[in-house]
Amino acid sequence: MTATREGATFATGTAGDDPAMEKHDMTLTLRVWRQKGPQHKGKMVTYRVTDISPDMSFLEMLDVLNEQLILAGDDPVVFDHDCREGICGSCGLMINGQAHGPEQTTTCQLHMRKFKDGDSIDIEPWRASAFPVIKDLSVDRRALDRIVQAGGYISAPTGTAPEAHSILVAKKDSDAAFDAATCIGCGACVAACPNASSMLFTAAKVTHLGLLPQGQPERNDRVVNMVAQQDREGFGGCSNIGECSAACPKGISMETISRLNHDLLGALRAGARPKS
Amino acid sequence: MAVSGIIMLLYLVAHMIGNLKAFAGRETFNSYSHWIRTIGEPAVPAQTFLTIMRILLVVTVVAHFWAAISLWRQARRARPQRYVTKKPAAQSYASRTMRWGGVIVLAFIVYHILDLTLGVANPEGPGTTPYDRLVAGFSNPLVVAFYTIALVLLGMHLRHGIWSATQTLGQSNKRREKTVNHFALAFSVLLIGGFLIVPFSVLLGIID
Ligand code: HEM
Ligand code: SF4
Ligand code: FES
Repeated sequence: MTATREGATFATGTAGDDPAMEKHDMTLTLRVWRQKGPQHKGKMVTYRVTDISPDMSFLEMLDVLNEQLILAGDDPVVFDHDCREGICGSCGLMINGQAHGPEQTTTCQLHMRKFKDGDSIDIEPWRASAFPVIKDLSVDRRALDRIVQAGGYISAPTGTAPEAHSILVAKKDSDAAFDAATCIGCGACVAACPNASSMLFTAAKVTHLGLLPQGQPERNDRVVNMVAQQDREGFGGCSNIGECSAACPKGISMETISRLNHDLLGALRAGARPKS
Repeated sequence: MAVSGIIMLLYLVAHMIGNLKAFAGRETFNSYSHWIRTIGEPAVPAQTFLTIMRILLVVTVVAHFWAAISLWRQARRARPQRYVTKKPAAQSYASRTMRWGGVIVLAFIVYHILDLTLGVANPEGPGTTPYDRLVAGFSNPLVVAFYTIALVLLGMHLRHGIWSATQTLGQSNKRREKTVNHFALAFSVLLIGGFLIVPFSVLLGIID
């Protein structure tokens, strides 16, 4: 539990050992999507959790709920998580209708201090036919992996790190490539998009590799194959609404989508066609 | 989508400017209408230019509509199960009304052609002069109200459409994003204002 606690919070004490803070503990009403398996119909089920500290992360709050359910002999709520530090991208949840909740961060980095005592919180899985529900809040996001497999890589031999100055990259390009490379593949963009489009994710990959010298040899094939794959996976088409970028915990910009389209038009003009 | 949208957009600019000739009076307006039908004569037969324009526009409307329907269907297939709770964070009203707004604009285009081009839905009826049909049509407040609703929707459609087309054609970036959106708004307001000024002037008796 202490793993996600930030230094500052820790220094001022935790709810447990400071009686003055105890009265800040919250009671919440949760409406959680429960679904037995991919073929089952799911529904929202209401639970009540008590003694929630404002310093807890959202996932820790769900841990409390699960402990409660296990003690009562119920089935705990399945949700994905791994690093709990905002880098693995597995913890996506729709919280009160917003991907990763009210703050532009990952669910594991969202803290309960963003909520008030007595709040009611709706928790749903990402909803897209390309992300089938495995159980409860956990969805299968392998469609994103297959988009990357279709072209989100370079095939240059790597070996040991080369001398950094042997291939110069303009600062502007390396910054933009690095910004795009911060995408953690969480799928919030798809979840937030009214079209359930994966365009922002794919655009982040295309931008990241397309701006660097190592990405050039496969640049044209990459964009046509990745776009063809995202269509094959059943994601929706992009109509530039902007919900994706607003929900993205890494703030991937809409500019990447323009860049993808620019590369795509150039690639098609140069005769690149997707592998079938 | 972007290319067909831009072709229609260019047409709308020309159309709006042409409409303003209504302020120059009956003769000028009717002779403008006559001129459109005789461009290039006698080198080409009457109505050549107009026919080409009409074919081009029908093709672009059909292409645009077809692309819109396939995007719409793709989006529905991509999310068969809706959220119980969904809160929009960034979308504009304009971007949310692209689809139904587009359909209403299409219905409007059909009515508009029946009204002012063919005259069959016009109180003056076919066989009258364009100026007479214009004045007769817009003397009815209900007609003006319908034109206003449809044109405001069209304005919002263009407000999002111009930004969206810039993205689709790969011409946007972080620096240009604000400019493109401001331009889209200013352009739409000017265009729709230019269109609306004619029916309102008829209604208020400035054109009669
Ligand atoms: C026939 C009726 C129409 C329908 C059903 C329709 C529908 C749509 C839809 C669904 C979109 C894409 C959605 C989006 O970007 O969010 C769109 C985009 C667009 N529309 Fe229309 N529309 C119609 C008429 C028009 C007209 C008359 C114009 C302009 C003169 C126009 C200009 C545009 C532009 C510029 C775009 C952006 C294209 C892009 O992003 O690639 N549309 N329309
Ligand atoms: S673009 Fe942002 S929201 Fe989409 S998968 Fe990457 S990190 Fe998540
Ligand atoms: S659990 Fe890894 S990003 Fe949230």
